[in-house]
Amino acid sequence: MITRRPPLVPGGDGAAPEGAPPSAPVVVHAAARRVRFQIIASAAPAPSRLSAGARIAVAVAALALLAVLVLPLWRIDLEAPQYPEGLGMEIRVNTIVGVKPNDLNSINNLNHYIGMKVIRPEDFPELRFMPLLVAGLSAMGLVVAATGRRRLLYAWVALLVLFALAGLADFYRWSYDYGHNLDYERAIIKVPGMSYQPPLIGSKQLLNFRAHSWPGSGGWVAIAAGALASLVAARELVRARRARGVAEAA
Amino acid sequence: MARKIPRPFVLGLVAGAVTAVFAYACRTTGPKGALDGDIASRVYVAPGEYDEFYAFLSGGFSGQVTVYGLPSGRLLKVVPVFSQHAENGWGYSEETKPMLETSFGFVPWDDAHHPQLSKTNGVPDGRWLFINANNTPRVARISLETFETEEIIEIPQSAGNHASPFVTPNSEYVVASTRFSVPVPQRDISIADYKAAFKGTISFIRANAPGEMDIAFQLVVPGYNYDLAHAGKGPSYGWAFFTTYNTEQANTLLEINASQRDKDFVAAVNWRRAEECVAQGRGRDVPVTYAHNYMDETRVARSERKQGVRVLEPADCEGMIYYLPTPKSPHGVDVDPSGEYIVAGGKLATVIPVHSFSKMLAAIEAKDFEGEADGIPVLRYDAVLAGEVQNPGLGPLHTEFDGRGYAYTSAFISSEIVKWKLGTWEVVDRIPTYYSIGHLMIPGGDSEKPWGKYVIALNKITKDRYLPTGPELVHAAQLIDISGERMKLLLDFPTLGEPHYAQALPADLIKDKVVRIYDIQGNRNPYATLSEADARVERRGGTVHVYMTAIRSHFAPDIIEGIRVGDTVKFHVTNLEQDWDVPHGFAAMGVQNAELLIMPGETKTLTWVPKQPGVYPFYCTDFCSALHQEMQGYVRVSPAGANVVLTSNGAGQSRVLASGGGR
Repeated sequence: MITRRPPLVPGGDGAAPEGAPPSAPVVVHAAARRVRFQIIASAAPAPSRLSAGARIAVAVAALALLAVLVLPLWRIDLEAPQYPEGLGMEIRVNTIVGVKPNDLNSINNLNHYIGMKVIRPEDFPELRFMPLLVAGLSAMGLVVAATGRRRLLYAWVALLVLFALAGLADFYRWSYDYGHNLDYERAIIKVPGMSYQPPLIGSKQLLNFRAHSWPGSGGWVAIAAGALASLVAARELVRARRARGVAEAA
Repeated sequence: MARKIPRPFVLGLVAGAVTAVFAYACRTTGPKGALDGDIASRVYVAPGEYDEFYAFLSGGFSGQVTVYGLPSGRLLKVVPVFSQHAENGWGYSEETKPMLETSFGFVPWDDAHHPQLSKTNGVPDGRWLFINANNTPRVARISLETFETEEIIEIPQSAGNHASPFVTPNSEYVVASTRFSVPVPQRDISIADYKAAFKGTISFIRANAPGEMDIAFQLVVPGYNYDLAHAGKGPSYGWAFFTTYNTEQANTLLEINASQRDKDFVAAVNWRRAEECVAQGRGRDVPVTYAHNYMDETRVARSERKQGVRVLEPADCEGMIYYLPTPKSPHGVDVDPSGEYIVAGGKLATVIPVHSFSKMLAAIEAKDFEGEADGIPVLRYDAVLAGEVQNPGLGPLHTEFDGRGYAYTSAFISSEIVKWKLGTWEVVDRIPTYYSIGHLMIPGGDSEKPWGKYVIALNKITKDRYLPTGPELVHAAQLIDISGERMKLLLDFPTLGEPHYAQALPADLIKDKVVRIYDIQGNRNPYATLSEADARVERRGGTVHVYMTAIRSHFAPDIIEGIRVGDTVKFHVTNLEQDWDVPHGFAAMGVQNAELLIMPGETKTLTWVPKQPGVYPFYCTDFCSALHQEMQGYVRVSPAGANVVLTSNGAGQSRVLASGGGR
């Protein structure tokens, strides 16, 4: 755990004077102590390690990711005149459930009119390994926070973004499949040219239903965690560039 | 430090989040039926004032008819029709039990869907209201003088009497038809033989003579589901139109199997042609038995069994029936006030097709057929089509007219009323309904001269409209003003049962001829007791007849002894009052029956078979006077074979005893 370059102290323009209290991370004492140690131990000018603040932010983001294990990732809400109470389903990391206890059954029952396949959680293999993936990503974030390695942070953020994009693509693929591959033999309502794919994100009228597709509470937490991790990574990029500039100038 | 993070990145993130949150917050579609202006005064009928219209709403699965005032939406009366009504003894009292007799025996319930006012020259005349029984096919006639069901006729060779009882312009006929095709004649047969053996029937019931309702003739037609009907008028007088679905002739899982074809049919029946054929002796008489129940001037219902019905097959009478192709499982069929346009609501269709009667005649003349269905010519769709209403809402069902050139169609799935213009077929306005509207009703809106001031939405789903009352909710109706260019929601009111369809007409056509009391001197009930001096009990074998009178605030007799376990006791209670709104009720402890509610001047009979010895109090159940609580009496019941002499304190009792006891 020897670093060659000391991390920049937030707000400062180089290594802090020995023994000076770190200016930003005052919350977690262990981390603060380690920062002091690093500052003492470090000698080389270019930083490859994250600041204490960054590492705490990464840890927070990594732990926040775990929220999606219990909170819904995504929500599809359906509005129709005769459903003033609303109907909706939640895509969770390991299952799909109704917003209210019988909503998924109701949605499936309505879908039989248009010949849509029955939405059954067990038909989505992703739901089996997604919790592991999330846990892995969270663990990796914690490793990033623990080691403070910048490159690892970049890799983690890249994986997060990749995971998010893959998730959206997968969601699109399934919703396309369910919205388009209708059983016309059994469909009762057949509107020529009509498909019933909900929007990826946003709202859309599907016959008498207005479908709203938005992140669920877990999804918002994950987006916030991803944004936080991205911000940290962006900051680190800037700092690294600046540090290189300083080193070159020296 | 923040200043060193690329600013566009942060701004983009924030902007994105704000947009997302805003869009999320704005996703609901707005208030539920916001009202504007001085709506309350439009529906306010001051205390003591009368409503402008009588509205008659069917009770659907209640089997009854409800009477409402418009525009207040106040419930005025429940008229019992096809279901026993313990509240007033309908179907329990001996005088009314025969009304619920059928060829299957006594049927205590039915499903009443379509009220239809009698018409003269195509306009509601305020004489009678007809209504169908869906389940055990029947049609009832209700007097609009007494607001009582006076006559019920059963429809033989039928099932699911849904396209009924739509009336012809002079109430010559009301129609009936089979929503469920059945084996004709009925017999024990495999359901797999549906296509070969199951038939539909369309019946024309003579309707313009009280007490003489009869099946004039019956058409045997292909085994589709005949759903709704309306008679032609003006130029199309003499015709009646019926929608069909399940032209696929499925006999299981119709939800899917009857939704396969792009077009089903509207059947156009030339009933005057059918009359000619019957007059020429065509067709055949089929030996079937069906019930005819009628309450005559005795106000005691009689149930008779009629025998035989004249049946016409399409081949018996060419020119009697044609099929108009109509997309897609059509439900309602409505004829505009001019009689030229026939509007069909295809519940799964994306347009409302409007057929032209004149084009239909021309196509028949030119034999412009696209084929035949079981011997019935099928006209070419394009040859009979007047136009299609585009974008009419999802699930269009029924159309009524305002008499000013506009049509109003209910759309079940999109839960709205769509207003469109006859001739141009353009949609000019739409208004949401709460929720899932079935029929809609404009006073006289299916007649030649609508009183086009209001439309009522009759909805199937209520949900959050009123304070919640457990899983079972009333159905909601909305009153909407249609006098202006835009429809305007005025009132939302709860209803009884399922207000399936409705009729309304100006109160002035009825209110001054409504009966207030029955003349006691005109009481022809054979068990009437016209004077307290005749009150008595009489034994005839195992039956004890109690000739009882009721007048404020006592019964006569009010002490009865000598009844034995095993006897059948008949309380014949005559209300001697001749004052408006002084009914008396009658009930006795332990009687396994309903109460009686007896109107002034009327006699009603309650049957009781006591099972245990004891003394049984009876009393008046309708709060009649200051001493209503004193209006009571006792019946003593002794064990079987006891020697207690039959006696009462009725003034007529001494004569009976003097003449040697009961007859």
